[in-house]
Amino acid sequence: MSIDLKTVKHISKLARISIDDEKANKLKGDLNNIFELIEKLNELNTDNVQALTSIAETTLRFRKDEIKSENIRENILKNSPEENKDFFVVPKVVE
Amino acid sequence: MSDITSQSLFELTSNIKEKKLSSEEITKAFIDRAEKSKKLNVYVTDNFEKAIDQSKKFDSNPNFDLKLPGIPIAVKDLFCTNGVRTTAGSKILNNFVPTYESTVTQNLWSQGAILLGKLNCDEFAMGSSNETSFFGNVQNPVGENLVPGGSSGGSSAAVAANLTPVTIGTDTGGSIRQPASFTGTVGLKPTYGSCSRYGIVAFASSLDQAGPMTKNVRDCSMLLEVISSFDQKDSTSIDYKRNCYSKELSKDIKGKKIGIPKEYRVDNMPDKIEQLWKNGISYAKDCGAEIIDISLPHTNYALPTYYIVAPAEASSNLARYDGVKYGFRSPGQNLIEMYEKTRSEGFGDEVKRRIMIGTYVLSSGYYDAYYLKAQKVRQLIKKDFDDAFSKVDAILTPSTPSSAFKIGEKTNDPVSMYLNDIFTVPINLAGLPGISIPAGKDKNNYPLGLQVIGKPFDEQNILNISYALEDKINFKNDISDWWLSE
Repeated sequence: MSIDLKTVKHISKLARISIDDEKANKLKGDLNNIFELIEKLNELNTDNVQALTSIAETTLRFRKDEIKSENIRENILKNSPEENKDFFVVPKVVE
Repeated sequence: MSDITSQSLFELTSNIKEKKLSSEEITKAFIDRAEKSKKLNVYVTDNFEKAIDQSKKFDSNPNFDLKLPGIPIAVKDLFCTNGVRTTAGSKILNNFVPTYESTVTQNLWSQGAILLGKLNCDEFAMGSSNETSFFGNVQNPVGENLVPGGSSGGSSAAVAANLTPVTIGTDTGGSIRQPASFTGTVGLKPTYGSCSRYGIVAFASSLDQAGPMTKNVRDCSMLLEVISSFDQKDSTSIDYKRNCYSKELSKDIKGKKIGIPKEYRVDNMPDKIEQLWKNGISYAKDCGAEIIDISLPHTNYALPTYYIVAPAEASSNLARYDGVKYGFRSPGQNLIEMYEKTRSEGFGDEVKRRIMIGTYVLSSGYYDAYYLKAQKVRQLIKKDFDDAFSKVDAILTPSTPSSAFKIGEKTNDPVSMYLNDIFTVPINLAGLPGISIPAGKDKNNYPLGLQVIGKPFDEQNILNISYALEDKINFKNDISDWWLSE
């Protein structure tokens, strides 16, 4: 199979990365080369293989629901691209 | 006493404890050398002023019981450091100053180490040559215009060039071991779950591990001992009894069974690599180890599996970079436009490629064909190792299929770049520990490495085998300081 330009543009939409036609064409070539490598997996029959879902082979731990950090609002907002008191600011979303 | 910056971590800690050197002397020596080594481009952000203050503070009230007493250390710029800019080699985090500390770096500071600065790396650790960094490529001290490997390229170059006594990197598909091999240094990727991932900029969460990068195996054992810890803040951190790796380090590997996998003999592999591998095998025999031929039949499928699993996880992990809460933002007319412009301008080409691959393999209608298929093959790869480890204690392979290449040589061909990692990727997929040690040099005098792979949590064993081999190999890097300026 091969990935066409329409698919590249669809994926870029899903990934929220805008690309122009020139970049899309370049990406199309790169992705097709990479998928040529990936398609090698089709040589293998994996019908009776169970997918590996966790490499660590442990069950997730439970922990007590405790508050450990307090008054970190300022820290959380510290790297915000646009400041406005206690909130993150984004372009208007409701007309 | 030899020049301060060329000393090993073991020598420096001994000299500090015996009061032959102060932390300030050591810290200043590394800073002086860094000032003359800008051509290598290893630093993204330095912490020199604060480091000198901290070294003076240590000297005024020294605690010699610590494992890294007053030792200055630079770290890969993928570890969040409280109050010190952390970029992950990306424009999108160019202005990011964490308000918290990664567990692994906290472990360093808790044992007395001092932050020298943050080291260059491939953007979000995606690359094998350090050429995808927003902050430019790094020069390999081994030779001019040679890549230092990647993604921990600034780290490997800094250790090889004596700009930090030791460092820590991260390894998702070979990002510690491949650059170690390219620079004639030692790099260890611990078992998945050994070192906390808390505060490390995430790339592929089921594969990422932090690990030590050092001049020799003993230093490697000393540093692993400090950074490996159980951490509640990482849900995949594993609670097990960790060794005192440096205390239990031993060259006695008599009777150890070492497997040699035939699948690691690949087409077009330089004869020199084959020869160094054979040398390694005969050294292991000389040390009393038993050599056993083994097979890891799914080795060839590791790279394609990796290029589904890693980008899939990356596309999810990197969804957080949207210009809203932190990092770079490009303004847009509406929210969606802001997201798209921010991510388009903030990410470099390789990162975008991998996000696109990941988005595609996880998208509706393709999940079973790609992601699920890859998770099944990953199971087969892991089973290969499980089977092998029922017969052997460790596995010996080359670290990389080639030595360091020229800057720019592979940047236009992603697949040829990916092939650098064929010997290292399977180990991440199986969650195993692996170490690369210098094995010798090729015809150009560029270093080549050997990889020792162990059972889960058996870091002590691969350290010991490496320690024994290191002694026999007796590698000398002989780097001329060609890059130094006045």
